[in-house]
Amino acid sequence: MASSWRRLRESLSKSRRALQAELGSSLFERLDDQTWERLEEALILADVGARTTADVVRRLEGEVDAGSIEGADAVRERLVELLAEVAGPDNAEIDLSSRPAVIMVVGVNGTGKTTTIGKLAWRLRNELGLSVIVAAADTYRAAAIEQLEAWAERADAEIIRGSAGGDPGAVLFDAIAAAQSRGADVVVADTAGRLHTHANLMAELAKMRRVAAKRLEGAPHECLIVIDATTGQNGLRQAQVFAEAVDLTGVVLTKLDGTAKGGIALAIASELGLPVKLIGIGEGLEDLRPFDAREFAAALLGD
Amino acid sequence: MFDQLSDRLQDALSGVRSRGKLTEADVDRAMREIRLALLEADVNFKVVKQFTSQVKERSLGAGVLDSLNPGQQVVKIVNEELAALMGGASRDLALAGSGPTVILMAGLQGSGKTTACAKLAKHFAKDGKRAALVACDTQRPAAVEQLVTVGKQAGAKVYEQGTERDPVEIAEWALGEARAAGEDVLIVDTAGRLHVDEELMDELAAIRKRTKPHDVLLVLDAMTGQDAVNVAEAFAERVEFDGVLLTKLDGDARGGAALSVKAVTGKPILYASVGEKLDELERFHPERMAGRILGMGDVLSLIEKAEEVSDTQQAEDLERKIRQQQFTLEDFLQQLRQVRRMGPLSNVLGLMPGMGKAMKQMRQVNMDERELDRIEAIILSMTPTERARPDLIDGSRRKRIARGSGTTVQAVNQLVKQFAQMRKVMAQLAKGKLPDPQQLMRGM
Repeated sequence: MASSWRRLRESLSKSRRALQAELGSSLFERLDDQTWERLEEALILADVGARTTADVVRRLEGEVDAGSIEGADAVRERLVELLAEVAGPDNAEIDLSSRPAVIMVVGVNGTGKTTTIGKLAWRLRNELGLSVIVAAADTYRAAAIEQLEAWAERADAEIIRGSAGGDPGAVLFDAIAAAQSRGADVVVADTAGRLHTHANLMAELAKMRRVAAKRLEGAPHECLIVIDATTGQNGLRQAQVFAEAVDLTGVVLTKLDGTAKGGIALAIASELGLPVKLIGIGEGLEDLRPFDAREFAAALLGD
Repeated sequence: MFDQLSDRLQDALSGVRSRGKLTEADVDRAMREIRLALLEADVNFKVVKQFTSQVKERSLGAGVLDSLNPGQQVVKIVNEELAALMGGASRDLALAGSGPTVILMAGLQGSGKTTACAKLAKHFAKDGKRAALVACDTQRPAAVEQLVTVGKQAGAKVYEQGTERDPVEIAEWALGEARAAGEDVLIVDTAGRLHVDEELMDELAAIRKRTKPHDVLLVLDAMTGQDAVNVAEAFAERVEFDGVLLTKLDGDARGGAALSVKAVTGKPILYASVGEKLDELERFHPERMAGRILGMGDVLSLIEKAEEVSDTQQAEDLERKIRQQQFTLEDFLQQLRQVRRMGPLSNVLGLMPGMGKAMKQMRQVNMDERELDRIEAIILSMTPTERARPDLIDGSRRKRIARGSGTTVQAVNQLVKQFAQMRKVMAQLAKGKLPDPQQLMRGM
């Protein structure tokens, strides 16, 4: 048994490269069971998940069998289209119509919430010319406030902070109040990372949302979950539970600059109807981009 | 979807017993279920392929087809093979004979390195070892402050020189300081980096070269998907890590990435982080992880957790009582309190076999911790005799208990009834039978 695993180890990286090369060019030249199997394999390796993968492949196979698409290029094109359809609309916009617009950012630990907020604040400030207040409502993690402070400074945003270990709802409340009195355009609230399995922490998040609404009707206008592109099938569960607690409006898919494809976002969009609104592709201030469904779909297939 | 792998295998192999023969088609059906289950658990696609072909071979072998329950038999094989692949018995890191044992922590951003450093320091402190930390993450804003804070919480000295110096030099400097201070262990926190970031991978390799760590640990998020193999291969190639510290296992991710990493690098998983508190780091148990990946619960962990909060004698008494159905409401109250000390109920229940399905139903009825407060109140309003013999609780006693606990007679009734059912189920469990989840649910 040991030797067979060693062989696997050796062949893995090679076969991965081969697989992507194959998908890139010649996969659809012959259309048989093997084609569909290899396509399934590619989508599963991209973390799309068994169910969504099966749905997509079945649809494509059905259309090919029905004779509505012909030729390798057309099949490939249709596949990208199908994937993009599942991934949701392009440029799903962040709702900034209210004054102030309140954006709450949530997610499990380590997905990149604080970094995303820094980049988002920068974008709002520098590209849209909006005045931004960030709320340091992650009062739990050691030095989270200091981390956000560093980002706020880079982004030229004001920061409202409470004390470490303080009430996160109060920080958000104060930030909205400050925005109202100073006429700031947007409030972006950081929250402590929490695993969705901790019911008490999820309840705390729901409370923050209520506190925001108390200060400003309709707030938060956006509630974004940050999903790390390296996340596997558990991402779906995360989105589900967070959506139950705080009524999510979209996904920010981070860390797409690695080799992970972030296919779980496809499963989330497909099963929960939550669109990806932004993607993170690096640690620089400018490395937060609007989501492009076609580009994302093509990248899933290894382009 | 795959909580009930056992059930699904049962279905897939249901016709087998009546025919008395396991055909290749039966096994293929079963393998399909296993394949799906492992993919849902984020085990790498290639690893799954290899694994199922091995399980298939063994399942076609002797023994399985004669067994009364081929479904369970196949699950057993899967579990055994998984545990074997996951590695032998868990081990602790060996400390150097003299001078500080240097442990280098590496991993992607957000995998939990900084917190893991403090947890590891605390882990060594439990054995009376002095562990210090060094802050070599000069990339992420406030990472140094974070390490200083969690280091203080763990009672570990933190060596830091801000973010201006080169991390390689900081590490080397700290090693000298730690040696002079007579530290037993020096844990090196590093910046999170993508495995494709050449520059930062070079830096990590340089830190490794300069500090000559006794052990390099890859910190891996239990929620990682298919990409885990790429990450592990890259880190193995550049810094030759010796083992893995798996984080965020207090979530409900199956953690199949752990299996993938072990399969492609051959490196063992050594530690598992199971909560936000600094003492929530455990040695890794391969056989338990196998059960978790398969959704078969984790009885061993549960027993161990229970042992942590009670003493062995108590545990033995309890086990005997459960087996003989002499478990009383008083025992139940003690257990309830201990269980609640172990963490949120959902976590603890998730560790029990057969509870996967029950857990889902429970989420739907939104079982909350206040319900447990009510149960405690009801039991506390009973006399010791009533707790020992709930069958004595008649109408007038019920009224008294309801008044005393601020609940209703119906609530008292329900508790007494459920307790009787639960006692039966627990006795079955103790005898090693897998409980019928439905029955277990009714017992809750």
